[in-house]
Amino acid sequence: MTSAGLDVGSRTIGPVLFDGGVVDSVVKDTGIKPLERCQQLLNGRSYNRLVVTGYGRHLVAPLLGGEVISEISAYAAGAHYLYPDSGTVIDIGGQDIKVIRLSDQGAVVRFEMNDRCAAGTGKFLEVMAHTLEVSLSEFAELALSASKFVQINSLCTVFAESEVVSLIARGEEASAIALALHQAVAKRITGMVHRVGLKERVIFAGGVARNRCLNELLGDILGVEITVPSEPQIVGALGAALMAGDGI
Amino acid sequence: MTTDYRPMWTSLGLDLEAHDILLNVLGQAYQDTFLSQKNRPEGMSYLDFVVSEVHGLRIKELQDARSEGRKVIGTFCVFVPDELILAADAISVGLCAGAEFGFDEAERLLPRNTCSLIKSFFGFKLNRVCPYMEAADLLVGETTCDGKKKAYEIFKGIQPNIYVMEVPQMKTAQDRALLKSEYLRFKEELERLTGVTITAERLKRGIQLVNNRREALSRLSALRVARPAPLSGLDALLINQVAFYDDPVRFTGAVNKICDELEGRVGAGERVSPKGTPRILVSGCPMAVPNWKLAAIIEGSGGVIVGEESCVGEWGTRNLVVETGSDVDTLMEAIVDRYFKVDCAIFTPNPERLDNVVDMVARYKADGVIHYALQFCSPYTVESYRVEQELSSRGIPVLRIETDYSPEDVGQLKTRAEAFLEMIRK
Repeated sequence: MTSAGLDVGSRTIGPVLFDGGVVDSVVKDTGIKPLERCQQLLNGRSYNRLVVTGYGRHLVAPLLGGEVISEISAYAAGAHYLYPDSGTVIDIGGQDIKVIRLSDQGAVVRFEMNDRCAAGTGKFLEVMAHTLEVSLSEFAELALSASKFVQINSLCTVFAESEVVSLIARGEEASAIALALHQAVAKRITGMVHRVGLKERVIFAGGVARNRCLNELLGDILGVEITVPSEPQIVGALGAALMAGDGI
Repeated sequence: MTTDYRPMWTSLGLDLEAHDILLNVLGQAYQDTFLSQKNRPEGMSYLDFVVSEVHGLRIKELQDARSEGRKVIGTFCVFVPDELILAADAISVGLCAGAEFGFDEAERLLPRNTCSLIKSFFGFKLNRVCPYMEAADLLVGETTCDGKKKAYEIFKGIQPNIYVMEVPQMKTAQDRALLKSEYLRFKEELERLTGVTITAERLKRGIQLVNNRREALSRLSALRVARPAPLSGLDALLINQVAFYDDPVRFTGAVNKICDELEGRVGAGERVSPKGTPRILVSGCPMAVPNWKLAAIIEGSGGVIVGEESCVGEWGTRNLVVETGSDVDTLMEAIVDRYFKVDCAIFTPNPERLDNVVDMVARYKADGVIHYALQFCSPYTVESYRVEQELSSRGIPVLRIETDYSPEDVGQLKTRAEAFLEMIRK
């Protein structure tokens, strides 16, 4: 039996088909018409049951005949499947930061999620990269090349941007500023990790997990090895597909 | 048939255009949130009626009473004893302040990082959309939190008839004495305003009226202990909210009627939510009309709220005032005894609240607790840590929410509520 999971995120949409293992997966930009994008992505793919997660789950699920599950349960299930010894899952997407502590059996024990503010999310990194006139992928590399340390105090997207502007005006290196921004984000995330209680193994998923600098900083601050799945953006959809297979 | 209340609203000085906007928003929210619920008790039609006439018939009642010489007292807090107001033959109306309305105007006078509740009553006043405020002969503020007590100083400039009562912040003998002296001062103020001398007989009558209302609400709460839940948390919240401004005798009768009906429903095992629905206790800040945001999110995400550990909830109804005294002083002492037990987060230390949350979880057979704090409300945002610790140490699932009245974080709150309920169901 093939089950389908669909993660309708704020930035990307990814369907995963599962039948004893991942048989198909795609990641596409959400765009401004997520429903149409989902229909295109599912068109021609056959499955028995569909579970939808992510920001747009309630919009999409009823129209596609799917059930819904929160991203927190979905990421927990996906991470536990990939790494049965997962203890903590950090998921950073476009809009949200989620930190989830799992039981040994993979159940959600506690979780933390950012409130409305975009501080430290993928969106934040995107805005800051733009301010420093680099692409998102260059942004992390720029930070890793820093030879000097400066500090950014604000994590509010608006205030941090003005802090960045004043650091530029002070003549600071772009690489040092990029590193400072990554450090500020890493501190926020590790704060959330400590609130749920750090438990190894730590899995880092979601689009922002592709950021090598953040990955290194998280490992340094937490003092543990961070595991990034080979396809960090499909973990939620994989979890949803697993739940479609099991019955929620 | 609808009555035209416009002349009355005009005479109260309301801004009819802004008021129309408010009523439309309120009507739509009520339709979407309440009338769309399935399997509601028939007795809720009374509440539907009261809400539909919230700025109409009830205001007319207040104005009629005023024309007969009675006074209307607007309050913001469960520490203001309705017993005294009723004993002075005055009418008590709890002011709502539960909507994001007129915040732009409010923020001209208040810092942006002021809680929604305070901004809301400023917004209502500055926009001239609250007929209760305009009909009130006296508004009673209290020094529960720093935000409120400083805001009243500014508020006095736009509504001069505000009286501020000091509420103690600790539970020592001196604090109790302070509360008593403040209640005596309030009694004198009421006597001065109404020209009525509060005799033992009048006070006793006031106590009885409020006790009856509390007993009816406690009876309702006790019925919600049943599994399956016979009443939605949204409807229960609404009943608790309406308690603050409806006529106490009529309201008590309506609640008892709903209780009669619920007894039948409990006996028949009728339910308002599917089997296996997680039972949630909501704990924390007050939810004033029309703040239905969190309750709607929780119940819309597949939970059912079985109790409210809050002043719009069990603190308002817990503990009766002993009615047996025969002189004013004994009765005043009894009133102080009752109110001094309220375990609001303004008190330090406040271990009673932790005990009561734990007790309520057991009593209402709750599967988890959602702690609700308004953003920038220090007493609750800070105390939520200890509430969480206490509950977690007992293995009770808890989710801390900090939000305001705006709809912009509904998506994120829904994700958190759904994840919490999924976690409980496993």
